[in-house]
Amino acid sequence: MTDDTEGIILSGTIVSVKGLNLWYGDHQALKNINVDIPQNQITALIGPSGCGKSTFMKTLNRMNDLIPGVKIKGDILYRGQNIYDASVNVTDLRKKIGMVFQKANPFPMSIYDNIAYGPRIHGVRSRAKLDEIVEKSLKDAAIWDEVKDRLKASALGMSGGQQQRLCIARALAVQPDIILMDESTSALDPISTGKIEELCLQLKEKYTVIMVTHNMQQAVRVSDFCCFFLLGELIEAEDTKTLFSMPRDKRTEDYVTGRFG
Amino acid sequence: MRSNLDKQLDTLNQEMIRMGMLCETAISMSSDAVLRHDAAEAKKLPDLLEQIHDKDKQIESVCLMIILQQQPVASDLRLVSSALKMVTDMDRIGVQSNDIAEIVTMKGIEGPIDRSIPVREMADAVIHMVTAAVDAFVKRDDNMAHSVVKYDDKVDSCFDRVKEKLAEVLKRTDSVTGRDPETGLDAVAVLDILMITKYLERIGDHAVNIARWVIFSITGIDEKHEGRIT
Repeated sequence: MTDDTEGIILSGTIVSVKGLNLWYGDHQALKNINVDIPQNQITALIGPSGCGKSTFMKTLNRMNDLIPGVKIKGDILYRGQNIYDASVNVTDLRKKIGMVFQKANPFPMSIYDNIAYGPRIHGVRSRAKLDEIVEKSLKDAAIWDEVKDRLKASALGMSGGQQQRLCIARALAVQPDIILMDESTSALDPISTGKIEELCLQLKEKYTVIMVTHNMQQAVRVSDFCCFFLLGELIEAEDTKTLFSMPRDKRTEDYVTGRFG
Repeated sequence: MRSNLDKQLDTLNQEMIRMGMLCETAISMSSDAVLRHDAAEAKKLPDLLEQIHDKDKQIESVCLMIILQQQPVASDLRLVSSALKMVTDMDRIGVQSNDIAEIVTMKGIEGPIDRSIPVREMADAVIHMVTAAVDAFVKRDDNMAHSVVKYDDKVDSCFDRVKEKLAEVLKRTDSVTGRDPETGLDAVAVLDILMITKYLERIGDHAVNIARWVIFSITGIDEKHEGRIT
């Protein structure tokens, strides 16, 4: 990260990353990352393939813990608490920081059961409560009107765009604080992509959204804050309008204008 | 993808240079027409203005195609958006040069303008500003663009002196002949000179606008609105 952006403190920071380094074996994938992620905003992580943006995102809910040979140093403070403290329950952390992947991955069960799956694991047994959670989650994911009459139908029969919104609804069902989206629209057509983008803009009223995207225009359209990664370094973290109109670092300028990457 | 964008931006650059040269020619020809009292020269302006209008449309079309096909960002976006603003000012320079030429053809001014009225000085200053503003764009030189902005003070000062001189002419005008015995100008000629110099002053303002868009395209700073456009 450049000196100019180091130490940016935004009011309403939800995640504060300090001196984060990550190695896969001997390969250092993240190098001294320092950034504050703003609350109730959409943060886009951009950069060429292999730059570390997905790795960075996965550190936020400790998805990298399961990878053999991974070594992580530095602090990630979520609401002031270091998520790598020994006392942190990883299951609870992932409940608060949910994730939606590049390819929609509905469970081979009904639409209703897909949404109810998480709450049931977390101990919700009441049918009325589950009904309420399923309806609210599907409404928040802007898909309720399309599926309310076929909740018992298999989720695998839905279109790709609907499946992705179902996965977002499934993430919402456990009442997360932050939603991580890893190229969640890259496999979708423009109409489905548009619906997910509209959804993100609605979601930020209640949640913080952090998305990895290779689509520069998508980052411009929907994100408020943007982080540009290159070769494991966070080169620039800025409000999106500034980053795409007057980037501070020439490497950012060269990437967003398509001069490399 | 980038190589295609580079080609389109190069085309835009070339067309902007051509339009700038047309504007320089327009202001030079109309000034010559005034200073040499050359109606034949003045009558060439409408054709030149037509070429400037055509170039304006052509550049707008190039810019819209770049926006449509490339969705430019950062310095590319600043260049394209600046070009769209600059052509409007360049087009107005063409229109106002033509307005000056029209006054010459109407024969309200009956001969070369007396040198005591600083029209030539003002015309030279404005031609310098337009030429330097276009040069600043071509050379991507924000210092040169800043010098154009400052140079406008000289044009404004010239205009003030022209107004003072014309007021003196009106005061000296003989009630019988209706003319100033020193310069030979009558009231119609005074009004024509005032109009011509007002057009020159406006052309200077357009040159300042062009220079400010050049500065914005290079630095991202919008001096007119005192800040960064983000």
